Amino acid sequence: MCGIAGLIHRGKSSNVGSEMTSMLQSLKHRGPDSTGFALYGAPTDNQYIMRFKLAEQEDMNRGFDIQQEVVARQQEVDKRLESMGVNVINREEATAYSHRYTFSFGGDMKKLADYVEDIEGAEILSIGEGLELIKDLGDATVVSDQYSLSDFQGTHGIGHTRMATESDIDIRSAHPYWAYPFNDVSVVHNGQLTNYWTFRREMERHGHRFMSNCDSELIAVYIANRMELGDDLEEAMTRSVEELDGVFTYLVATSDKLGMAKDVMAAKPMVLYESDDFVGLASEEVAIRSIFPNEIETFDPYEGEVRVWQA
Amino acid sequence: MAGVEHKSHDMGLHTEQLSGRTQQRFFSASEEENFTYPWANEVDFDKTADFDAMDMDPTGINLKIRELLEQGYGTITIKNPRAKHGVGVGVLNRANITFEGSLGYFGCGLIDGPNVRITGRVGWSCAENMMAGTVVIDKNAGSTFGAAIRGGDLVCRGDVGSRTGIDQKGGTIIVGGRTGAFSGFMMQRGRMVICGDAGKNLGDSMYDGTIYVGGEVEDLGVDCVPGEMTDTDLKWLTAKLSMYDIAPACGFENMKKFVSGKQLWNYDNLEPSEKKLVL
Repeated sequence: MCGIAGLIHRGKSSNVGSEMTSMLQSLKHRGPDSTGFALYGAPTDNQYIMRFKLAEQEDMNRGFDIQQEVVARQQEVDKRLESMGVNVINREEATAYSHRYTFSFGGDMKKLADYVEDIEGAEILSIGEGLELIKDLGDATVVSDQYSLSDFQGTHGIGHTRMATESDIDIRSAHPYWAYPFNDVSVVHNGQLTNYWTFRREMERHGHRFMSNCDSELIAVYIANRMELGDDLEEAMTRSVEELDGVFTYLVATSDKLGMAKDVMAAKPMVLYESDDFVGLASEEVAIRSIFPNEIETFDPYEGEVRVWQA
Repeated sequence: MAGVEHKSHDMGLHTEQLSGRTQQRFFSASEEENFTYPWANEVDFDKTADFDAMDMDPTGINLKIRELLEQGYGTITIKNPRAKHGVGVGVLNRANITFEGSLGYFGCGLIDGPNVRITGRVGWSCAENMMAGTVVIDKNAGSTFGAAIRGGDLVCRGDVGSRTGIDQKGGTIIVGGRTGAFSGFMMQRGRMVICGDAGKNLGDSMYDGTIYVGGEVEDLGVDCVPGEMTDTDLKWLTAKLSMYDIAPACGFENMKKFVSGKQLWNYDNLEPSEKKLVL
């Protein structure tokens, strides 16, 4: 059991960092192991934001050497970015092992990502013009405070509270997943995929990389692959409902869209609230109500349903 | 029992062997045949109480309801339930209970006797294992609505999610709008009325019971077959839904009936107490 949530403000920005923290904290009982946010701020002109980590949180407690190792890894990242012609505009350290870079780059983003992730311990959590993907161990409040998300302004976002089942409690298995190598595409998922290995092998043959053994990562890679083949977001999601086996509800966000899909059995929960200027979705209604003091009307999307909203 | 049989005939239920709680529509203080627990509280329905649940946890809300019942309050209003889970459960008492707002998962589960109204929406598994009484929801409901209910009336005026009435063992489920896939899955007894459309696999693996649908049926599940609408069905539908001011857009006379096409050879629709008498 995991909890997922999403929100989108139509035509305006809001404090999506605070709102998503509140929603995910309401879902803590569905999964206390890790919490993740994919938040979409105002897109920057010709600039990208890269969130990446250089070690797992638990690695940092394994003696003094890892501290120096992480510093060395960051220097190697800087070196490789420079060699690829990346112009790093700003460097921020969110934690000792997690960083946020702003840069400009006109080259092949997939090559860049592969080159960075070739460094031991390095994992790019997201690259995008508006997307910032943050995930770590602990509940929503802990992660939000750790990464100073309470003032994050943006149009939309998705989030996840994880109860680890089929893979470890670590950041690499936490959601959301960036749909590598597509800028600004992220996924959160609640459920189990039963044809995971079949599709994973197929995706790997297409050259996609997997950072974890978590079945949820497959959805992000699947969506990325379909979009690479020419599908738009809704087409890719509709096809996924037909091709992915298992029980699932998932959310996908892009730079200006938010989408949801449910499996054909509708075996995993999702509650939806929609008004003229806002859409909120969550595994439980308590999450939506955590940001709405007044009475609202909500409903369950149906089996096999795919919906996409524009920011 | 004479009174019970008379009442069931009036409601068009004379083709089924129903007794006791399974045919109970709602309680009234004057209905002697209604079942009550020996430890149920004596309440005065004119004695009213309300409280604000905004800052209360589910356990606190449920304890407060019990406390008020013990004090003899027969009409209780709970404000701001805020979609909290497991609220209004295990009430084994006659009472009028109103939730002003929405409930989360497993709201009003395991109840036996009260009349409940929810002015908002309910999450998954509302009224699971309900034995008797009524639960009326003004807006929408989530999946597994009325799972394994054994009696009483469970009414949603809006749309309902998937697997409505899964494992239904008695009572009546009424949906004013549409319902999702696998509604009536493994249904064993009772009646389900869906005024709008029904999703795929309606009545899958049902043993018994009856499903009425006003709108379109996406497809039928294994063992579910169309049944013949009779005057008794029509009379029952009209009487039952009129109690809640609900009517299908297609008109009662155009509703479709579905039943089990393959009953289990060792299955009957007797209540356990009735089976003892037969054996």
